[in-house]
Amino acid sequence: MDPQSAKLIAAGLAAIAVLGPGIGLGVLFGNAVSAIGRNPSASGEIKSTTLFYFALIEALALFALGMAFILKSS
Amino acid sequence: MQNPFEQFVIHPILSLHIGSYDLSFTQSALCMALAVALTTILMTVSVRSKSLVPGRWQNVAEMLYETVFGLTNDYLHDEGKKYFPFVFTLFMVVLMGNLIGLIPYSFTYTSHIVVTGALALFVFGLATLIGLWKHKLHFFSLFLPKGMPWLIIPLIIPIELISYLSRPISLSVRLCANMMIGHTMLKLIAGFCASLFLLGFGFKLLGLVPFFINTALMGLELMIAFIQAYVFAVLTCIYLKDAVELH
Repeated sequence: MDPQSAKLIAAGLAAIAVLGPGIGLGVLFGNAVSAIGRNPSASGEIKSTTLFYFALIEALALFALGMAFILKSS
Repeated sequence: MQNPFEQFVIHPILSLHIGSYDLSFTQSALCMALAVALTTILMTVSVRSKSLVPGRWQNVAEMLYETVFGLTNDYLHDEGKKYFPFVFTLFMVVLMGNLIGLIPYSFTYTSHIVVTGALALFVFGLATLIGLWKHKLHFFSLFLPKGMPWLIIPLIIPIELISYLSRPISLSVRLCANMMIGHTMLKLIAGFCASLFLLGFGFKLLGLVPFFINTALMGLELMIAFIQAYVFAVLTCIYLKDAVELH
């Protein structure tokens, strides 16, 4: 296999890692919605906490995406 | 622009070489100076009138102030006032860097690991020094959570130590990667738009799709710019809290 095609395949494989943060975000937002449903009066605080953890999880997805971009354009 | 990574290249504006050191004034330094100037103008001019019912700009300044003041109060309790100027300065530096970077053809200095790494190492070093100064050798009880069975103590100490030492890395890489990938994505999709417009007539209409996606992504990036600055401030507060209160 020549190095260029190996690089492209590696870039595609690196993007698989986005699966994990996807599951994490699903769990996070699902629980946030059910929490707001149980206690709508606390929705402001729940929303800000959710956004904070969204940023923490999203960073992991970006690491994988960054690896894919770097591999593709290097 | 040939490649979406070209936007991160640093160009000198005023070349200045002293000995073997390169002290050029770059566009990165220009953006940092701009951030300092904008923050100073925002925080002084907007609250000059000191009206009881805030105007537009005074409202912005008060909201930023109250966000960070609430953070330091929540995490550091009575000690919060002492650390408020430090956390607020960090928050504004990161926020202004992210926002200036969103202006087309400008430069995002927070997308460079050098900048975020220096900020994160400073926070880490400061928190460690404060902990050592306040609690002397008792500070090392941070690595041993209370009520552990003695059998797993040899296992838990290295884990806690590694997680403590990896704090500056995760803090700096999170911000840097977020900014770098966000801007790369914007340029990549703008590239799709340009290459579709260069094709035949039928593809010109199709080129509108990445255009609208890019517009939506710009809104997402604006949100990310605020959230990342907020996250940086929150994590700084948490690290300082660990040092000040030891669990």
